[in-house]
Amino acid sequence: MALADARVRVPGLIAVEADVAADRHWLDLLARSCTRFSPYVVPCLPDAITIDITGCEHLFGGEVALVEAVAGHVEQRGMTARLACSGTAEAALALARHARLPVMDEGKAIRGLPVAALGLDEEATLGLVRAGLKSVGAVAARPSAALAARFGIEAVRALERLLGEEHCPGTPLRHQAPLRFERRFAEPVAHERAVAAAFAELLADGAQMLEERGLGGRRFRLTLDRSDGAKRRLEIETGAPTRDVALVLRLFDERIASLADPLDPGFGYDRFVLHIPLAEPLAATQAALDGAERAGGRLAELVDRLSTRLGPGSIRRLVPNDSHIPEQAQLALPAIHCPAPMRWPAPRVGEPPLRPLFLFDPPQPVEVLAEVPDGPPHRFRWKRKLHEVRLYEGPERIASEWWRKKGGEQSGKGGLTRDYYRVEDARGRRYWIFRHGLYEEKAQPKWYLHGLFA
Amino acid sequence: MRVGDSLSSLLRGDGLLRVGAQPVRARAAQGMRRWASGVASLDAALAGGLAYGRVHEFYAGEGADAPAAAGFALALLTAMAGGADGCSALWLRSRRAVRQAGVVQANGWAELGGRPENCLFSMIADAKDLFKAAVDGVRSGALGAVVVETQGSLPELDLTASRRLALAAEKSGTTLFLLRSGAEPVPSAAETRWQVAAAPSRALPANAPGAPVFAIELLRQRSGPSGLSWQLEWNRDRRIFTEAASGDLVSVPRRRSPAAAGAGPMRLRQRAA
Repeated sequence: MALADARVRVPGLIAVEADVAADRHWLDLLARSCTRFSPYVVPCLPDAITIDITGCEHLFGGEVALVEAVAGHVEQRGMTARLACSGTAEAALALARHARLPVMDEGKAIRGLPVAALGLDEEATLGLVRAGLKSVGAVAARPSAALAARFGIEAVRALERLLGEEHCPGTPLRHQAPLRFERRFAEPVAHERAVAAAFAELLADGAQMLEERGLGGRRFRLTLDRSDGAKRRLEIETGAPTRDVALVLRLFDERIASLADPLDPGFGYDRFVLHIPLAEPLAATQAALDGAERAGGRLAELVDRLSTRLGPGSIRRLVPNDSHIPEQAQLALPAIHCPAPMRWPAPRVGEPPLRPLFLFDPPQPVEVLAEVPDGPPHRFRWKRKLHEVRLYEGPERIASEWWRKKGGEQSGKGGLTRDYYRVEDARGRRYWIFRHGLYEEKAQPKWYLHGLFA
Repeated sequence: MRVGDSLSSLLRGDGLLRVGAQPVRARAAQGMRRWASGVASLDAALAGGLAYGRVHEFYAGEGADAPAAAGFALALLTAMAGGADGCSALWLRSRRAVRQAGVVQANGWAELGGRPENCLFSMIADAKDLFKAAVDGVRSGALGAVVVETQGSLPELDLTASRRLALAAEKSGTTLFLLRSGAEPVPSAAETRWQVAAAPSRALPANAPGAPVFAIELLRQRSGPSGLSWQLEWNRDRRIFTEAASGDLVSVPRRRSPAAAGAGPMRLRQRAA
């Protein structure tokens, strides 16, 4: 039914666009929550979940009670579900999707299903119906050789799977244990070397697990439990996923060295817990013959090291921002979060530098002697010093971003325009000066010094 | 040997001084990479050009010349990186330098011919942390150059700290540019020490300011003459310095700054020689 038809029939219809990704995510979450019924749960896109309950039903007091528990679980999450329990996953899926529930005799019900339950493509389904085969049972009664000749081997396979004659394993959700490693001590450990050794072992465990899973840690959290109950938590972050024990140890050393409140072992530590809350895929690397890859790795290592010691936002990269307002033309992002540099546009050949090397934010007010209304500055006073302008270029007019302001499209409400002048004083120092506002915008526009050229 | 003999030999510097100086010279002699600027008199004064993997100090003539000093150092850095795309740099700034000169603009650096995308920036308030980070940056070997920008006199940058930086730079081959403004030169292990000031540029048509011109003075270098000065124009498109033609420039009498007058180690060396 088209949406327009549906709207005619139900005037107050609420239409929402399908969000496949969100549905998939929700199905995944639901499937994960169903691992409480059985360890073997397979999400079947787009709308089903199969649970292998072999050997699990007695825990819930029988099959019927288990089905009821599943129904309650799903209902609690605001979903309506059609539940079917059958000998094979395929049959249960077909029953849930196509049968009129409840079903008394499983075999009979499967044979009575429409041919659409085979899950073939539309052409094949239509072909079967046109041939007079309306139910699964009717198809099954035919010799399979004829079926394969007409509809391909897939049709025979689908039939066999539905009837439970062929095994069809699914890929169950795998439960990933969190990356959490623990070391308990029989006696509190206080000696520095013992602590370091235990921690190195813990990290080696972590690195091994990361390697098994093909991951690299981005964030490592170490919790130290002291015997008197005090807890200390240390955390480091790396720019690139890593499972290099020496590197992580070094970063923790940096972290410990930079603590304002140094670690005090007191009567010793009871327990260390290493948690890796953030891990990303990291393939095994092969060292290049000429060591060409090393420079990039060393740079990442340097960034990690300085960021750990000085704080995660201390080492930054300048990234272009899409704005023509000079002070908003760049973003300073933490280098640890943006390892790949973004190119800055190259300047035009033959032009002198048009943008200053340093920018004042906020701009510094200056007293300027200039022609009214659109003349360049002749002399200006900055920090109590008078500068005679020898050379100038301008104005470069930079309008405010009126589209970001409410009602900015109306004249006079979009903010003040700036007229920028590139000037050089008698000593050869080059400045970037602007008049904030045109004379028609403001009676007495102010002048500011915004930047310094090299 | 009489006492007087040994004392005079000490004063002449062939006893004590040689102990320290010889290994450095010997190390310096073997395969020091140098960058030739193309300006003949400058290259001759530097015995072939500015050395890679060394510490170079740039003093701003006055506080207001700090951008010129930074610009000159960045232009040098760009030129020394050559056509190489991937010369990465680390630019460390003290909080006072940021307050005085303002925020670094990547597009402004790109206008000087640099590649700001390959650069890491950091503002570090504490001077000790600043130099520690600089040593780490130089030592890592991952960078082409490290720029350290400071403002005011820094008691933390003593001879020991400076020597540590110089040794790290020598070992890894990373060049360190130390920018200082508002400070008196102090004895250091730097290879060269420059004083940089802005100079009037060659006017473009319609009286527009042209390409940046720097008035530089070689205050000191480890081995070679000093006290020479040049006016260099930076050609961004070709990434070279050219000697600014003095004909159409306005000559401005420049007060000899205390930074140039008080070059202690330089005078000592001259007497020793």
